[in-house]
Order: sequence, then structure tokens, then C-alpha cells
Amino acid sequence: MTRLSVWTVRTALLYLGLGFLLGALMLLQKGLPLDPGLLRLLPLHVEFVLLGWTLQLAMGIAFWILPRFSQEPRYGSLRLGWSAYLLLNVGVLCAGTGQWLGISPAVFLLGRLAELLACLCFVLHAWPRVKPTGG
Amino acid sequence: MPRLTRYFIKTALLYLALALVLGLLLAARAAFDLPAEFAAFSPVFFHVLMVGWAAQLIFGMLFWMLPKYSKEQPRGNEPLAWSAYILINVGLVLRIIGEPMNTVQAEWNLGWLLVVSAVLQLIGGWAFILTAWSRVKER
Repeated sequence: MTRLSVWTVRTALLYLGLGFLLGALMLLQKGLPLDPGLLRLLPLHVEFVLLGWTLQLAMGIAFWILPRFSQEPRYGSLRLGWSAYLLLNVGVLCAGTGQWLGISPAVFLLGRLAELLACLCFVLHAWPRVKPTGG
Repeated sequence: MPRLTRYFIKTALLYLALALVLGLLLAARAAFDLPAEFAAFSPVFFHVLMVGWAAQLIFGMLFWMLPKYSKEQPRGNEPLAWSAYILINVGLVLRIIGEPMNTVQAEWNLGWLLVVSAVLQLIGGWAFILTAWSRVKER
């Protein structure tokens, strides 16, 4: 497993842990009302689980498992891969907290833009690696 | 394929079928003007799909395919991973039963089912993360 995959998969696992925590807090609130504000965690929960966990895990596994090149750089452009990792996490944090806290819509927009750029970097990284094995 | 992976994946497939049935019920409610209580299944539908199907399928595949922890313990802490499987599934079943009933029959005071479900799923999820974490490593 490459260092990029280790960072991406471990970050995805962290988001999964946070996603479970936020989900548990909201479910607790439904069963044992403590603070109605807990239900406002929903957009953060969805952002963490769908993009922070599921999408990021898929990216991390793809960085690791897609066919490599026979010559260096064997894993393709790692710069694009790291850019995708950084942009995705900036995006998830901005979009998630922006929706949760209801702060300036610009933060949410910035988050979505960063996520879009992350996906673009990921596609550019992965595209040439989707090929027959070897070569 | 390790036994726990088979359990995770086959259980995930069962949840996929259940999720599609729930999705059908929710769509039927809108189409045939069925009682509003059916809407209580909406959060259950999403969680059967995302926890029961997607997360468990991923957990099964990760348990199988992540780099080996060591020669002696290739899958890492297996009892912890089994605990994750049991806790997540017991927790999810409690939610499937408890959430619609708590909404439709609030006077039955079944909120405790949701509290237990939340705690079990949280511990189960974190248990799986702990087992996977040590296997996510550079060669």
C-alpha cells in the first residue's frame, strides 16, 4: 500500500468513526430527548459518511489497487493524487461545517468547489491507470 | 475468503433486499396515498442501505483484502472484528424495529430501543475501525 493510500484510507476511517458518533448522537436524541440541537448535526453526518468515508475510501483503495505502470512513476502522478486528498478533505470540512453551523454560504460553496476539484484531480490521476495490466 | 467476510457480505446482501423492499413501500405510500405513518420508515431505509448494505459490504471486503497484520495474525484482531459484526447488526435490527414503532406508537415508550441501538452501533463501528486501522500500512 502506498503512503497516499495509507493516508487516504485512514482519513476515511476517521470520518467513519465521526459519522458513527454523530449518527449515534442523533439516534440517542430520538430515543431520549436531551437537546434538540443534536438533530442539526444531520448535514455534517451525511457529508462525513458519504464523502469523507465512502468516496475517500474508494479513492484510497483505487490509488492502491489500480494497475501500475511498468516504469516510474509506477503509480502515475502522485501530485494529482495528493491534491485530490487535500482538496477533498478541505471540501468535506468546509461543506460539512458550513451547513451545520449555518455560517456564510460562501463556506459551503467553497467546500463544494474544493470537492469538485478533488474529483477532477482524482479522475486525471486514475484515468491513465485504468488500462490492461502491465505497460 | 475468511468466514467473517462471508458473514459480512451475505448479511449485506440480505439488507440490500430489505432496503429495496422498504424503498418500494415508501414509493407506494406516495403513489397510493397510504397512511402517513409509512414515512417513519424513511430514516430506516437510508440506514439499512448505508449501514446494512454499503458499510457491511465494505467491511467484509476490507477484512479480506487489506494488507496482512502479521504472519501469526494475518487478519489482525479477529475477535474484535467479530464483535463489530455482531454489535452493528444487533444495533441495526433494534433500530429497524424501534424507530418506526417509536414514531407511530410514542405512548409505548420504546425510546430505549433507540438508545441501545445507538450505543451498540457506535461501539461496533469503532471496533471495526480499530481492527482495520492496524492493517492500513505501507509495505
